[in-house]
Amino acid sequence: MSTSTKTVAAAVPEETSARHRKPRRSPRARSERRLGWLLCAPAVIVLIGVAAYPICYSVYLSLQKYNLAFPNAVKFVGLSNYGAVLSSPYWWQALKVTVIITIFSVALELVLGMALAELMFRTTIGRGLIRTIALIPYGIVTVAAAYGWLYAWTPNEGYLSALFSNSAPLTSTVPSLAIIILAEVWKTTPFMALLLLSGLAQVPGVLERAAKMDGATVWQRFTRVTLPLMKPTILVALLFRGADAFRVFDNIYILTNGGNNTYSVSILGYDNLFSALNLGIGSAISVLIFLCVAIMAGVFIWGFGTKAPGADLVR
Amino acid sequence: MATNLSVTSRQKLGWGSANTVAIVIVAIPILWIVSLSFKTPGAITDPSFWPAQWTWGNYKGILTSSTFVRPLLNSIGIGLIATSIAVVFASMAAYAVARLAFPGKRLLVAGALLISIFPQISLVTPLYSIERSLSLFNTWPGLIIPYVAFGLPMAVYILAAFFQQIPWQLERAATVDGATPWQAFTKIIAPLAAPGMVTSAILVFMFCWNEFLFAISLTSTTSARTAPAALAFFSGSSQFTTPTGPIAAAAVVITIPIIIFVSVFQRRIVSGLTSGAVKG
Repeated sequence: MSTSTKTVAAAVPEETSARHRKPRRSPRARSERRLGWLLCAPAVIVLIGVAAYPICYSVYLSLQKYNLAFPNAVKFVGLSNYGAVLSSPYWWQALKVTVIITIFSVALELVLGMALAELMFRTTIGRGLIRTIALIPYGIVTVAAAYGWLYAWTPNEGYLSALFSNSAPLTSTVPSLAIIILAEVWKTTPFMALLLLSGLAQVPGVLERAAKMDGATVWQRFTRVTLPLMKPTILVALLFRGADAFRVFDNIYILTNGGNNTYSVSILGYDNLFSALNLGIGSAISVLIFLCVAIMAGVFIWGFGTKAPGADLVR
Repeated sequence: MATNLSVTSRQKLGWGSANTVAIVIVAIPILWIVSLSFKTPGAITDPSFWPAQWTWGNYKGILTSSTFVRPLLNSIGIGLIATSIAVVFASMAAYAVARLAFPGKRLLVAGALLISIFPQISLVTPLYSIERSLSLFNTWPGLIIPYVAFGLPMAVYILAAFFQQIPWQLERAATVDGATPWQAFTKIIAPLAAPGMVTSAILVFMFCWNEFLFAISLTSTTSARTAPAALAFFSGSSQFTTPTGPIAAAAVVITIPIIIFVSVFQRRIVSGLTSGAVKG
């Protein structure tokens, strides 16, 4: 497993001579490996071409002074773009906003998603209907839903604004962030619930019945039996939704377009590319965002022992 | 003393009211957009939930304007092509992951996981630059290629989980009868795997249909801009009318396929998301 060379043709004869410990491979085993590589090749090529290579290119761009308005003035500047980003209050404001949105929306989604998962799992009437209804926010185009929230909170136009004495919450920072979080939570709670549903379905019913026989209340059964058994699923769901919430873009773009200090790191990166046309700084921001998500994933996988999805596919 | 019957009817009442709460929470924001889409331009500034006067005007407006129809066609075309490519590539890779022993498998699965949690913005800057130099900027392939890449990991997970549940004795039987591994794949396993492929195709298509960041970053005109991106560039029919009504109508139009999808394929979507993406 340690050798992971992707060159199909050359690797096969080399392998047989380099690995003395293993017995000679049968022709069938060899053709199986070759088929494995061949079948994976298209996917691997796409993933390398569209993800791995651009990220490396991004690192390269981030070391250049490169403004699209002055395409002939490109020059190597080392880490100074990173210095510029990390010493800029805009970056730290964007990071703060992103972290706030991530923590609040994921926490709310965990609680509401767990409730929805229990409902989808246990409801005795209309189970199919409730699952279908819950999938609608998951499937709806984020931008379409975001416009709904935008108009609902626009004074003199929206029913929610009218409900709160014609207020204009999208014109100041904290209410704007609350509405962005509301839009995120409404849209992605069903996704969280579906991830949790898979864990819920794996809790053996016998254990809950046993706890019930022993006199445990509904709440005790949930906190002492269901929750501990669901810990692995919850960690994976938190990792997925955390990484997803960290790249929040669509809702902010429509609701405030980053106004009133509500821009996330993704909005900041986008603006640096398309308003400032600054490829160097924009790339440095891209790389920093990538590092943030990588660190988050690392903490979850190695720190909390989250079992990476797909781990059980490789046996 | 409560009899068994009254306990179950009380339970039914409880579940019924919980269901109702969930349905209302989902329905209200959607009904609000529907209501907006039927309001006359003059009634937009009336914050009441339902329009006083219903009109089809907003729908007529957007469906006769190339600023929406063309992006809608782009969305459908780009979504279908990207989905087909992603599902074919993912089926091949998932078969290998689920069934074959080969070095590098672990790396592939880890790479796919990394991409699925990847911040898209990190790719926007380099892809913008690369696509401009390859003349892919503002073209269908310019969006199809990144959509394939981001659709692949999800499809590989779902399909690999699905492939592990297929009765593989059939494949062995076919190879015993003289079929090559490739024949066993195309003749025996692919037809059995079709339901899993449908599931992953639905989810990948929904991802493409929803995607916004690449759609606004890698396009500049309606020749490749998809519907969600077009919404953000709408303007009123004259500079004195707000585009609220047309945007709401367009939002409803692009939501209808999603509602049809989740109604028809609810079981598949739920099983795909619960079995494929995460196995606790």
